[in-house]
This record gives sequence, C-alpha cells and structure tokens, in this order.
Amino acid sequence: MAKNTSSSAFRKIDIDQYNEDNFREDEAEQSIPAGPDEGEVCKYVDALKHVLTNAPIGTSNQQVKDNALALTLKVLLAIKSAQIEDAVANLSVDDIDILMKYIYRGFEYPSEGSSGHLLLWHEKAYNIGGSGSIVRVLSDRMKV
Amino acid sequence: MAQTLTFGDSCAPLTCHAWNKERNQIAFSPNNNEVHIYQKEGNDWKQTDNLVEHDMRVMGIDWAPNTNRIVTCSVDRNAYVWTQNEEGKWTTTLVLLRINRAATCVKWSPMENKFAVGSGARLISICYFEKENNWWVSKHIKKPIRSTITTLDWHPNNILLVAGSTDFKVRVFSAYIKDIEDQPGPNVWGSKLPLGQLLAEFPSAGSGWVHSVSFSGDGNKVAWVGHDSSINVADAAQGKAVIKLKTEYLPFLGCIWVSNNFLVVAGHSCIPLLYCHDGDQIKFVAKLDNTQRKESGGLSAMKKFQSLDRQARIETNDTFLDSIHQNAITCINLHKGSKANAKKFSTSGLDGQLVIWDMESLERSIEGLKIA
Repeated sequence: MAKNTSSSAFRKIDIDQYNEDNFREDEAEQSIPAGPDEGEVCKYVDALKHVLTNAPIGTSNQQVKDNALALTLKVLLAIKSAQIEDAVANLSVDDIDILMKYIYRGFEYPSEGSSGHLLLWHEKAYNIGGSGSIVRVLSDRMKV
Repeated sequence: MAQTLTFGDSCAPLTCHAWNKERNQIAFSPNNNEVHIYQKEGNDWKQTDNLVEHDMRVMGIDWAPNTNRIVTCSVDRNAYVWTQNEEGKWTTTLVLLRINRAATCVKWSPMENKFAVGSGARLISICYFEKENNWWVSKHIKKPIRSTITTLDWHPNNILLVAGSTDFKVRVFSAYIKDIEDQPGPNVWGSKLPLGQLLAEFPSAGSGWVHSVSFSGDGNKVAWVGHDSSINVADAAQGKAVIKLKTEYLPFLGCIWVSNNFLVVAGHSCIPLLYCHDGDQIKFVAKLDNTQRKESGGLSAMKKFQSLDRQARIETNDTFLDSIHQNAITCINLHKGSKANAKKFSTSGLDGQLVIWDMESLERSIEGLKIA
C-alpha cells in the first residue's frame, strides 16, 4: 500500500529538462572567453611580490596585519590557477615562507571557493619550499 | 657504508649516547631514568652495567675520554659524575648544581677538568671538582639568559662555551673558573674573559628553538640548527656575521662539524645531510643516506594476516622509510677522528638504532663527494 505523504517536492521537479526537444539558448555566444590578459596577469604577479616583500610581520598591530591579509588574499584569489606555478617560481625562499603563512591564515577565513584555490597555492609553494616552509609557519614568531 | 647497532631486545628510543675513548664501550639512555653501558665483545655488544641513580628521565650523557669519567644529567635536577673503581663498577660523585628546574644538557670541557650543565632554570652551571669535600661544585652563568638552555658546546681552548636556548638565541660565554685554571689569553671571540662574560649573541628573529650548537675544530666558527629547519653559521674571524640557510627539510636536532668547512646535520627527516660553509653561504653537499626501500616480496597471505593482526588493516603498504633510521635522529657524536678531520660519526634516534657512518666509504659510494 502506498504511503500517504504530504510531500509535494515532486511538483517542483523540472521535467522539461529531460525533454530532448527542449529549446536551449546558445550559451557560447554570450561569454566569449577573452583569455588571460597579459598585462593584467603581470600586474597581479607584481602585486603578489609587493605584498609578500612588504608583509607587516614585525608589527604587533593586528589591524595592520588584517588589512595586509585581506589585500594578499585578494591578490592570491585573483591570480588564475594556471598562472600560480609561474608566480611561485618568481619568488625567493623568504617570500615563499611568507606566502605559506598567508595561505594558512587564508584557510582561517574561507570564502566561496577560496580554500580550493589556496590549496592549489599550497601545493605549488610546497613544491619549492618543502616541509621546511610549513615548519616555519608553525615555529616562527613573526606572524602575518 | 653504515653500520647499524641495536642494543638488547628493547626498541625504546635512545635519548642520547656517548662513547668511551677506545670506542668499545657505549653509554646511552633508553628514554627513561637509566643509563645502560654496553661493551663490545667480538661482534656482539653485551651490557656490563646499568647506572640507576637518577629518578627521572636522563637528558644528557657525556664520557670524558682521557679521565674515563661519565657525567649524566636528568629531569630530576641532578647531575652525577661516574667513575670506575678497581672492580670495574661505576660509582657516583655528587654534583651541586643548585638549580630548581630540569637539567637539559651536559658537556665535559676539552681538558676534562670541568663540565657545563644547561637547565630549565635559565642558567648554565659550570662545575668543577672540590677535593676537600669530594664533590663537584658549580658556578652559575645567569645573565642575560631568559629561557631554557637546550644545547651546549665547548670551544677547544677549554674556556669558551656556546649555548643555544628556547628564546631562539645562541650565545658565546666565557666559562673561565679562576679557582682551577690560569688566566686565559685573548682570542678571536674576545679578550676580557671573566666567568659569565657574554662574548657574542646571535639573535634570530622569529625562527625557532635552538636544538644543537657546535664549535668548529679551530674554534673560530659556531654552527647551530633550530626548529625553523635552518642551518646557521657565525664566523668570529669574519665579524661574527650570521649566515642562515633555510632548508626545505623537517627541523634538524643535531649538528656537528666534520672538517673546518663541512658540517653534518640530522633530525626529523631521519637522514644525515652534509653541508659546506663556504665564504658567505652554506651549500648543500649530499644526502649521506641513499638507502632504497627493500621491495616487499609480493603479497603473501602470512603478511596480510600479520598486518591485519598487528595494525588492524589489510593494506600491505608498509610504513618503512627510505632511510636507515626509521624515526627522528636526536643525537650525533664523533666516532673516529676530530671535528677538524672526522673519519666516522654516530647517530642515534627515536627508533632505538645507533648508526655508525664511515666518511671514507661514504665518499666512495656517493659520486663526486669530497670531504676536506
């Protein structure tokens, strides 16, 4: 015997989507992939270098650090996945250490899709800095 | 290439170890309050004594080669000097450390007339023998130490002492005891040398606890490793500037000079590494352990059930590392030769193994390696 339920969820199923004759607008025309703008990318890679070399690690002012974190996260999330490897390759060992610190702090404040992107950064930074750079995030008193 | 020794049936971690002069006896602590003495008989190592006087974990052991005395220190805030009587039994002499925290490390001076003990009481005790009372008394180096001393090493001139601590700093002190020795002359580190004189202080902003320090064979250089996986060298002949190399490995727990420019470091990565100090940089030279993991011989039913029984899992992938040491290396000592020209060194660690590394055979087996 069928159960009598008050569920009406089935009414909301869009059955039209299973119809092969359904009309669909051609999406390709709406968003033409422009490709990464060379100038734009260079700007971000330079920005990354700038925020890392000028990281306020020496200060005890939390507000300054938080501002720098917000700015750095903006830069990190703005750089496209494909560009991460090149961006990381341009950094010095000290910069990689600071980048690692920002990646871990970035995990503390997740936003939409940020953690996945930061994990990519983490992978590339780890390839260069090794376990040493992770250990330095933990041991170093100069927090970002 | 490397000779591995294990002692007894226990696989307890080795806190630290020390050799006698002939290298046929070894003292080590199996991570508890005891110090075991083993002697080499033929190809076997037999336990000859068990020094039980401490009642908490032993933190440091040092064996004076010429006077054949062992000094041990422990978390129970005591240190003992052990001497062998005619029957070969080890007996203790009291040391008045006057500390109220754990003793963490101990080292005989090169002339073996005094030793230094580092402690959690934020001071270093320099101990020397007082005949009248038949005990060892101590003088303290207090300023400007602000935290636990984790590691010590003596300068070859028997006067200077380098200490690393948990406030991330490395300091060079004078440990001159005017009661027992003549006034020392000036050296590259300084000329005024009253006890406790701070001759150099190397701050490393941020970094991490200092795990190990080492004076070079000529006494002009100091090397140290910290918990930030870095290797540091300061050269007194070149203005005491600090050269720092941040490595990609897990932190190192021990470092020792094996020639005037080469040093061996080892730690949580379980592999001893050779580095070279050259001018104003520290360069990686070689991994001294190229052991490849033995291929497990297929999947056997026996193995499968063994792993199921022991580890409650069916996978056959084991947890063996690509190295001889299977856990962190905590202690490095010279086995043959001197700091200026080491022939063999020994490492011990948390896996309960002691490994003796032969420099000459390492040079032969690793292509292009030249230690000089």
